[in-house]
Amino acid sequence: MSLARKLLPPLVSGTLFGAGLTVSGMTDPARVRGFLDVFGAWDPTLVFVMGAAVLVMAVAWRIRQRMGTPAFAERFSLPDRNDLDVRLISGSILFGIGWGIAGLCPGPAVASLALSPLSVLPFVLAMLAGMAVQQFVSLMPRRRQTVQE
Amino acid sequence: MMLPGFPDAQPLQGALGGVLIGLAAALMLLGSGRIAGVSGIVARGTRIASGDMSMTSAWGFLVGLPLGALLAALTVDREPASFASWPVLVAAGLLVGFGTRMGSGCTSGHGVCGVSRLSQRSILATASFIAAGIVTVFIQSRIGG
Repeated sequence: MSLARKLLPPLVSGTLFGAGLTVSGMTDPARVRGFLDVFGAWDPTLVFVMGAAVLVMAVAWRIRQRMGTPAFAERFSLPDRNDLDVRLISGSILFGIGWGIAGLCPGPAVASLALSPLSVLPFVLAMLAGMAVQQFVSLMPRRRQTVQE
Repeated sequence: MMLPGFPDAQPLQGALGGVLIGLAAALMLLGSGRIAGVSGIVARGTRIASGDMSMTSAWGFLVGLPLGALLAALTVDREPASFASWPVLVAAGLLVGFGTRMGSGCTSGHGVCGVSRLSQRSILATASFIAAGIVTVFIQSRIGG
């Protein structure tokens, strides 16, 4: 039972997520780049994807307020930070540049492993390397971090 | 359905896919009590980052993503996606991996889960990566992409 409680909700969630990305066309880098091309041939499809997903999730956050514990876990583990810092913005800008260059973000990249495995593999491997480098760098300069925090 | 002025847009498919993504994130929140942030789950599943999410849960989600994409591709008709050349993909992948960890999230965690919660951090992050993406595509189109 415990294994099923740990495995099934994320598995079903991931499956719905991957299906949603494919149905909406977000697994196609050209369509994502079309959304970012606001000064060219703008493709607003991603606005509808994001809008619909945010609306559904807004309802879920309302339901969450009335729930003491999640349905299949002991407790909620949610981010609670609300400070705005340089790391958040600079990290997001670096991500945005990569997102623009290739038209890929982590979700569609992992989902595409089933659709175009060889085409997307260099991106996924480089993404893992980038994550590992960031993890390494963030652990290194202890002094600077203490000053920032 | 067509959107006047935007012949390439697919508003209905987009909204339908968005509802599925919203339901996925809602199930993660109300079922497992967590944010469906793909970059964080990838980092956790590969042990690049530590965290209290179990490997079972992380890999459940990470196996589900391509599985769902495959099931949907069998159902809906989609043109094959075109990807950039591998040097471009590697450069972009490094930036995406580094940036999402540094900024604590990506389009799913910040863009869908955080914005819907009206998190200031997530709204700022989302505005930042969309703006950076727009500038990047603009510059690429200028230098002959």
